[in-house]
Parts: sequence; structure tokens; C-alpha cells
Amino acid sequence: MSYKGKFRVWRGDSEGGELKDYEVEVNEGEVVLDVIHRLQATQTPDMAVRWNCKAGKCGSCSAEINGMPKLMCMCRMNTFAEDEVVTVTPMRTFPVIRDLVTDVSFNYQKAREVPAFKPPADLKPGEYRMQQVDVERSQEFRKCIECFLCQDTCHVIRDHEENKESFSGPRFLMRVAELDMHPLDAADRQHAAQEQHGLGFCNITKCCTEVCPEHIKITDNALIPMKERVVDRKYDPIVWLGNKIRRRPA
Amino acid sequence: MTELERHSYDVVVIGAGGAGLRAAIEAREQGKKTAIICKSLFGKAHTVMAEGGCAAAMGNANSNDNWQVHYRDTMRGGKFLNNWRMAELHAQEAPDRVWELETYGALFDRTPDGRISQRNFGGHTYPRLAHVGDRTGLELIRTLQQKIVSLQQEDFEATGDYEANLKVYAECTVTELLKDGDAISGAFGYWRESGRFILFEAPAVVLATGGVGKSFKVTSNSWEYTGDGHALAMRAGATLINMEFIQFHPTGMVWPPSVKGILVTESVRGDGGVLKNSEGKRFMFEYVPDVFRAQYAESEDEADRWYKDPDNNRRPPELLPRDEVARAINSEVKAGRGTPHGGVFLDVSSRLPAEEITRRLPSMHHQFKELADVDITAEPMEVGPTCHYVMGGVEVDPDTASSVVPGLFAAGEVAGGMHGSNRLGGNSLSDLLVFGRRAGMGAAMYVDGLGAARPKIDEADVDAAAEDALAPFELEGGENPYTIHQELQQSMNDLVGIIRKEEEMEQALGRLSEFRSRIAKMTVEGHRQFNPGWHLALDLRNMLTVSECVAGAALMRQESRGGHTRDDFPGMNPEWRKKLLVCALDADGVVNVSEEQQIPMREDLLELFELDELKKYLTDEELPAK
Repeated sequence: MSYKGKFRVWRGDSEGGELKDYEVEVNEGEVVLDVIHRLQATQTPDMAVRWNCKAGKCGSCSAEINGMPKLMCMCRMNTFAEDEVVTVTPMRTFPVIRDLVTDVSFNYQKAREVPAFKPPADLKPGEYRMQQVDVERSQEFRKCIECFLCQDTCHVIRDHEENKESFSGPRFLMRVAELDMHPLDAADRQHAAQEQHGLGFCNITKCCTEVCPEHIKITDNALIPMKERVVDRKYDPIVWLGNKIRRRPA
Repeated sequence: MTELERHSYDVVVIGAGGAGLRAAIEAREQGKKTAIICKSLFGKAHTVMAEGGCAAAMGNANSNDNWQVHYRDTMRGGKFLNNWRMAELHAQEAPDRVWELETYGALFDRTPDGRISQRNFGGHTYPRLAHVGDRTGLELIRTLQQKIVSLQQEDFEATGDYEANLKVYAECTVTELLKDGDAISGAFGYWRESGRFILFEAPAVVLATGGVGKSFKVTSNSWEYTGDGHALAMRAGATLINMEFIQFHPTGMVWPPSVKGILVTESVRGDGGVLKNSEGKRFMFEYVPDVFRAQYAESEDEADRWYKDPDNNRRPPELLPRDEVARAINSEVKAGRGTPHGGVFLDVSSRLPAEEITRRLPSMHHQFKELADVDITAEPMEVGPTCHYVMGGVEVDPDTASSVVPGLFAAGEVAGGMHGSNRLGGNSLSDLLVFGRRAGMGAAMYVDGLGAARPKIDEADVDAAAEDALAPFELEGGENPYTIHQELQQSMNDLVGIIRKEEEMEQALGRLSEFRSRIAKMTVEGHRQFNPGWHLALDLRNMLTVSECVAGAALMRQESRGGHTRDDFPGMNPEWRKKLLVCALDADGVVNVSEEQQIPMREDLLELFELDELKKYLTDEELPAK
């Protein structure tokens, strides 16, 4: 069942690099990450790759396989023909550190800019009561394993470095939506979604949803409803009036 | 003098899984300047792999539950070898720790009246595990990660700097702890990205580095689980206990070969899944040991009724503690009643409607579909035992998590004692929270006690640590670390695995000493920037040390108990229950195993058990005089 697979892997660092060709054993049932590990163990001991669980749960081994953003641990080798060249490159949206490892610190900065869950002031620990149906919306978004493939694929930042400053990306817009839909979160999220996280940049092409290994419907269930909430609020005359009346000089 | 970046902290937490993050939150909330050092990216720790849930006697699903019942279950699960004070604190404090997570933003599955839902699990009398589908560990890690961020946001408001009091050093590995006399003075490590060295000056270090599974071939553990904290603690003069007890989770994937060992959650059984051999027989009924006979069903009918009516029926034997189920599966396969790929069948497809399965077990459904082409809603899974958890770890004071080395604390899987000879499913996540918090508190109190008299770094130790770390680059033409690692894993799997024999363990110790000399001569290619070969070479030293502890202690313990099964000593022996095996390094750096007496259980805790049950575990002298 085993055969010699043809691999083309990007090798290099922040200074530059190139695709290198390898022939490496592939066995039944293996995934791309297995083959990368075999390369490390037999031919290229210093090939840099990030991985942890090898079970699709930690979201570390993100890369682009034949140009598609994917988790290497969940990409089965039997999805390729035996004579097909499998090309593995680092995520394009983030700066390369070495080989398949990129600098994903952008995501951690953006995470820090989303104000945390604000607990309700009148409830003590143990007193929280929520219905399953109400928590399910946010729970879907909390399935996110932070592989950052959605960030990688999103065209707003993929080839537009200049947008990174003002756009948090699907992952963190979804985080804003998650908090906004949390039944007990006491903070106001909608203004910030538009003004600080760049929700308006998203033109719902659904690329993020397509690459999500957790099959979260990022666009349909997080981004679009969030856009609707923002719009309702912005153009709702009652909300508008309420804002005018309540506003006090700081 | 070695050139490196230096940082000064009150508390340094090594490890960013559940225990490390909870410890860091506590230290920071106690006003201590705290660093979190993690081997991987922030939020990727092995805790994400926990599936089933977090055990806490909240009594939401069954109001009969309370800390005493949880305590009893934990002691039974560990075959009474547990540190009873840890088991007591754990059972008492777990509910508060879970409720606290909700104030950080966690969203657990709910009961119909809106409280946190709780599910059944092996060895737990009542439904007790707070959960989110089968991805509870992810929820826990994300919640704690987001709490860290929220503390950083508070610091930003106050100081303009997110990292003023709490900073995460991601992809940074500690290779040595430093001391001033007897006391901890700091930690030395390297950045994965650049390979450059980094020094933390800190009077208190909390180890939260997890387990040792990567020393075994078939394991559910990720690459980080190389026993770093265990080995760091030993090199710093601390002691390890219970290292002979390794938990083989009964249900890991067995096919395809490349995913062998990946975990199949116990929730499959908790939610109704059954184990069958190749003859289609539910074999677990044959494997109920005497100590548990009173609590487990004798017929399939009774077992099936239990899911609906747990008050009037006994639980199915599929929900025995993990050590029992793993041994049973091992025996079935050995007797020739295994599946084509050498496991047994785990079937939930005939037990629950398809949509219920995908709702309750979404990541299992996904995992089997994607990795094995198996649809678990339509066909059974093939499963077999996989190395999952080490019960052994740093010997700590239960209340403060302090080791015998002043300034060195340990929490979570790297700490020993809490789970005795076998951990119950769901008790790991609660352990992380309860003792993570206590370690953070213990460290903060210790720092307060020091006042201005902080231990100093000895520069000669820094130079020595740097030299050790670079040693693998010095030799040319030596062996590749990947080869040695594979052989180490194979040896531990074959010779110190689920069933152990004296001659095999002696053979293992012989091989380990060969590995020691081979490791001294291995070669690493390339340079220091993000070089996995180098990282593995450094981790191998730790894996070797913990393997020596496991094999050494296993050879010495002449009985079978929990995660330690001796072919040549099949029974449990009450005399051995009173003994802990303690591992320490001698002056030459050789692992030394010695016996230590257990502290007898406090009277009021003994009284929580029926005399008849105690008789199964304790010697006559230990029994209460009533």
C-alpha cells in the first residue's frame, strides 16, 4: 500500500526561500502532516513546522496545500493521486519565520483589542441561568480552534497589508458576534464591531466559511447577523433618538 | 558570560494549559508580576484535547451528589492510593472553580432549567461532568486564555501597557531551573523562533507542564508531552511520586496506523456506547472486579435500564474506571477476539439516533469521518488502549502545591498524588482548576514571605545551562534524535506498557541506559532558528529521565493497582497501598527510587466509607475501630 509520494515544500525564512522537491514514502491512511514528519525524520531534520495534537483540535498545523488553506493533520493523502505533486507552502497572509512556520502575532494583537466578556453585575458565580437554545449560537463560534485559516484566506488582508491595522479579520469579528450573542454579556459590542474591528470591510464572499476546519458558518451565522445588528441600530430612528436623548457630555 | 535577554518576575509559570493559566490568573490577581511560558502558541496546550468534561459535584443533574460522594468516587478510582487531602480539596472546591469559569465567559451545555448540564462518566456515581459537547477542554483553555487577555486589558487601562503585570512568552522552552542555595532563583530557556536564550529571574516557579506520553509509541498526547516539568523538578532537587502509574485510556483509535492512539472520548460510553468483541458479545460483564461488583449491573437489561432510571438500576460495566476497561480490552484482543485492526468494537450507532450522536459527539463524528472514513452514526468504531495520562508527578504539599524545593510549585498533570493509582475521567480538568489556583496562591504567599530577600542568579549556572543546551550541535556524525526517540517509544510501549513483567522491565532499564549514552553522542543538523531536530534533542533528555522513573518504580512495586499491572503480581496488596515510591536524582544524576509511608487518612474521611469497603483496600491495623 505504500508508495513514493512527490512533495514540493517551501523552504526558507524571512529573507526569502524556494520550493524544494522531495520524494518520500507515503503509507495507507496517512495525512500530509505524517509525510512532513517522515521528511523531518529521514531527510530534513531541521524543517520547521508547527503542530501539536495531530487530531484537528489545536489548530497549529495550518498551511496551504496545493494553494488551499488547510490543517495538515486533517488532509488525507488519499485525496491526491499517487503521481500527483503535493505542494505545501506557509500561510501567505502572515510573515514567514522559517519554512512552514509563520508569525501569527497579528491574531493575538487583534484578540487583545476585543473587550472581554463583561459579567452581569447582579449575578454571583453559580447563579447564571441560560437556556441551551440561547447559548447554542455563541457555542458554535466557540468551536473555533484558532487555526487562523479564515484570517489567512480573507482577501481583505491576504494581499492588503495596509488593511491589517483597521480590520480584525473573520476570527475576531466572529468573537465580537459571539460576545454580542452571549445571553449574559453586559457590554455593548455593535458600535465597536463597525468602528474598531472593520466589519464594514467584509463583503461576505464566504471564503472564511469555506476553509473553516470546524465547519463554523462564520459568514452566515456571525458576520451577516452582526452586520444586520449594526445596521438596525445605525438606521433605526428610535435607537437614533434614544442615543441623542441619553447622550451626556463626558 | 552568556549573552541573553533577562526578565524579572515575582512568579514564573511554566506551561500554559489549564493548570498554568489558572495559576497565572491567581498569581496576577494576588498582585504578583507574572510570566507564563509556553512551549507552543498561546491557546494550543494539550488541555484542548480533553473532550468529556470537568467533574464537579454541583448536583445539577442529580441533587444527591455532593463533595463527599465525589471524594469517595475519586478514592475508589485511584484504589485508595490517592493523597486523601488533595482528593478532599479537589472534591470540595471543584464546583466553585467551574462556576467561576462562567464569570469569565464560558458557555457550558445547559439543563432544562438553565443550569450547567452534567454527564455520566466512568467511576462517577452521578452525572457530574460539566461539558460542552465533546470539546470541553477547548472551552476551558479558551475561557482561561480570554480571562488572561481581560486581565491584560485591565492593566492596559491602568498603565498603558498590556503586559505590565502578566505576559505570555509563547514558543519559549525552559531547559533548566536555577537555584540560590536550596531555593529557586529563576529559569533558563530558549525562544523556538530564534534559538536565542532567555533568562527569568524569579523567586517562585510554578510547573504546569503536563505529562509524559511522548515517551510511549501509542499515545493520545501531543508532541509537547515530554515530561519537561517532571525532569526539571528532579534536576532542581524535587521528588516525584507514583511514577509507576500510567493511565492507558481504553479507547484510542487503532486504524489507520498514522492516527493510532488518538483519543476516543469516554463520553461515547457515558452517552450509551457499548464495547463488543469480534463475536458481537458485550464482554465487559465478564470483567467486573470484586471491589466494584456491588455497583455494576450484571445483565445487559439492567445496564440499559440504568440510563433512564439510575436510582433503581446499577451502572453498565462499560463505565468502570479506565484501568479496568483498558485491561479488559487488552485481554479480549490477546484471546483472539479482537477486530481486524487489533482493537474491539465501540458502538454507539445502534444505541442512539444519528442526529443525537452528531449533537452530543460532534468532534468524534468529525474525527472518524475525516481520519478513518468511518461514519459513527452508522457503524461501530475500532478502539484499543492508548497511553493517556501519568498519575505520577512532583510530590507536593496539597494545600499550597509546593514541592520540597523552596519556591518550586507544581499543578495539574505534572503534580502527583491527587489521582492515586488511576485517575477518573473528568477529574483532570477539575484538578487543573483547583490546584492551578492553589499553586498560584501558594507561589504568591511564598513571594510575600520572602520580603526583600530575593534569591540571586549564579552566572556560572547560566553559562552551564547554555552549554548544555548547545551540546547537541557540538558533535558531528552522531545519531539523529528522531531515531533514538522512535526506539525509546517502542521500548517503553513494549516493555513498560499496559501489562508488565519483571524481566521485561529489567530489559527496559538496560535499554534506557544505552539510550543515555547514545543521547550524549547524538548530532543535530542546521542552525538554532526554529529547528525541530534541536528541540527534540533537548526534550529527549527529559523523556529519558521520566522513562527511567516509570520503569524503575514499576519494577519495584510488586502488586497490581490502577495504572500499574504486573503479570507476576496480579493482585492488589494492602501493604503496598501504604507505600509511595519516590523518585529523586542522586549526586551523579542517576534516578533513585525509594519507599515512603503514606500518611493515614483522616478519621472523618475514613468514616465516609462503609467498613466492608475499607476492608478491601486497607490492612487490619488501618481499619477504624468501630
